[in-house]
Amino acid sequence: MLLVPCPNCGPRNSTDFGYGGESRKRPDPNEASKEEWRTYLYLEDNPADWMVETWYCRSGCRKFFKTERHTGTNEFRNPAIPGNKVGGTS
Amino acid sequence: MDIKRTVMSAVGSATGSARGLTTGKGSAAGSKPPRYSAAGLIAKGATGQSWPRVWREVPLKKSYDVIIIGGGVHGLATAYYLATNHGITNVAVLDKAYLGSGGSGRNTAIVRSNYLTPEGVAFYDRSLTLYNTMAADLNINVMFSERGHLTLAHSDSALRTMHWRAEVNKLQNIDSRVIDAAEVKKLVPSLNTSPDAHHPIEGALYHPPGGIIRHDAVVWGYARGADHRGVEMHQKTEVLDILCEGGTGPEGKGPGGKVTGVRTNKGDISAPIVVNCTAGWASLISDMAGIKLPIHTRNLQAAVTEPVKVFLPAVVVSGSLHCYVSQTDRGELVFGAAVDPYNNYNVRGSLEFTEGLAGHILELMPGLSKMRLLRQWAGLCDMTPDYSPIMGFTPVEGFLCDVGWGTYGFKAGPVSGEQMAECIATQQTPKLIEAFKLERFVHDNLVGEKGAAAVGH
Repeated sequence: MLLVPCPNCGPRNSTDFGYGGESRKRPDPNEASKEEWRTYLYLEDNPADWMVETWYCRSGCRKFFKTERHTGTNEFRNPAIPGNKVGGTS
Repeated sequence: MDIKRTVMSAVGSATGSARGLTTGKGSAAGSKPPRYSAAGLIAKGATGQSWPRVWREVPLKKSYDVIIIGGGVHGLATAYYLATNHGITNVAVLDKAYLGSGGSGRNTAIVRSNYLTPEGVAFYDRSLTLYNTMAADLNINVMFSERGHLTLAHSDSALRTMHWRAEVNKLQNIDSRVIDAAEVKKLVPSLNTSPDAHHPIEGALYHPPGGIIRHDAVVWGYARGADHRGVEMHQKTEVLDILCEGGTGPEGKGPGGKVTGVRTNKGDISAPIVVNCTAGWASLISDMAGIKLPIHTRNLQAAVTEPVKVFLPAVVVSGSLHCYVSQTDRGELVFGAAVDPYNNYNVRGSLEFTEGLAGHILELMPGLSKMRLLRQWAGLCDMTPDYSPIMGFTPVEGFLCDVGWGTYGFKAGPVSGEQMAECIATQQTPKLIEAFKLERFVHDNLVGEKGAAAVGH
């Protein structure tokens, strides 16, 4: 079981959440080259390490937020940051 | 922009030049490993002799013609077919744990070829052909049981996809057809086919050649066969780095470069060809050569019950209910589910999985309510964007990949080994795996297998 720390609702079971994957900056559609889009679409870092990722609190506050998790131990660190789905900084 | 991110643009610039590989040095090239027989068993029992080791343990050499990273069914099959079909025997298979400790020992041992894309169907059908004759080819009992494979449809749209798959399959001469709920009930009486069920069974895709096999025996069979022909297996040998030269990235890695060997916890080894046959760690190993792969790693959980009298004659899969079940020859029910919804390198199981699985299985077979689970486990799945694997050459010369096997790696083991061996020996991509090149993500020629590769997406 994974207890995901929602910044608004506190720690909740991962089944209450939608998973947004690695938080990455979406390229600017007006300027991005095909290669940048491809990189954004397909290539993730997929680390066996700490990773900044996006979660969606589906059954709670219905807000997106970012947090950091270790993919090897499933520990969370650093407080969750409210933010949009595509990994913006807000 | 760092090197990892720029790799995709250069995919295809290096296809690998033919190089001289020493051939035919195996002590017994062409012959099969000795047969296990009842007479042998009695003789050993009567005389109290111990059994010989199935494969040798030899010291690591300083150089090989081919190094294969990953001692699972893919790595071992590649080594076996390199030695058997192409006479390339100066090969080392490296594994950081023991042979078959990864996905090869954690899957649910189902084999089938009723895929959705023509490329997938042809590929997996070849695998099934090889599985069919494996016991004789490797002289080991792999307990292949061709018992039929049912993919249930609980909705009109699911039934439409089943029809689609059936037609694609029939075109390629695969025995696969859509059957109605009454016929499903006749094949598997324990299924709840009542129209009052929460998710009523409307029909199923029936694939008689599908079945189950003993996955450990497949791993040991390939290891034994490869060893017999002179291939070396090195367990507890972890690859720490891949040595490259001439590439555009740091330390000569990355596109345009070429592989010179690997660094392991037992020292450096040189080789002109290094093959990545890992699952779970595929993207980490490729990163070592400066090649970025479109992969995210997830867990797939499975569970097994106590053994009961054999009652389940076929493999039953339900995509809508996110589960599949088969009964082993020992009578245990083996369950699998969908991949966990978040990236993970931790193979720990969860209570949500068991609860969800039990609920769904009981919807299909209410009679199992008193069954007890013996254990559960998880395996790592390297998921690609299109649910098809990544095979063949990379932009680093001499570095090949056989990765991205998601939830369908075990059933592809033999054909992957055969095709990768051909790829290495001829330095050309065989036709059967042409569609699975890494380049497809540059040209957007994806092979969308999501509808048939796994459950619950």
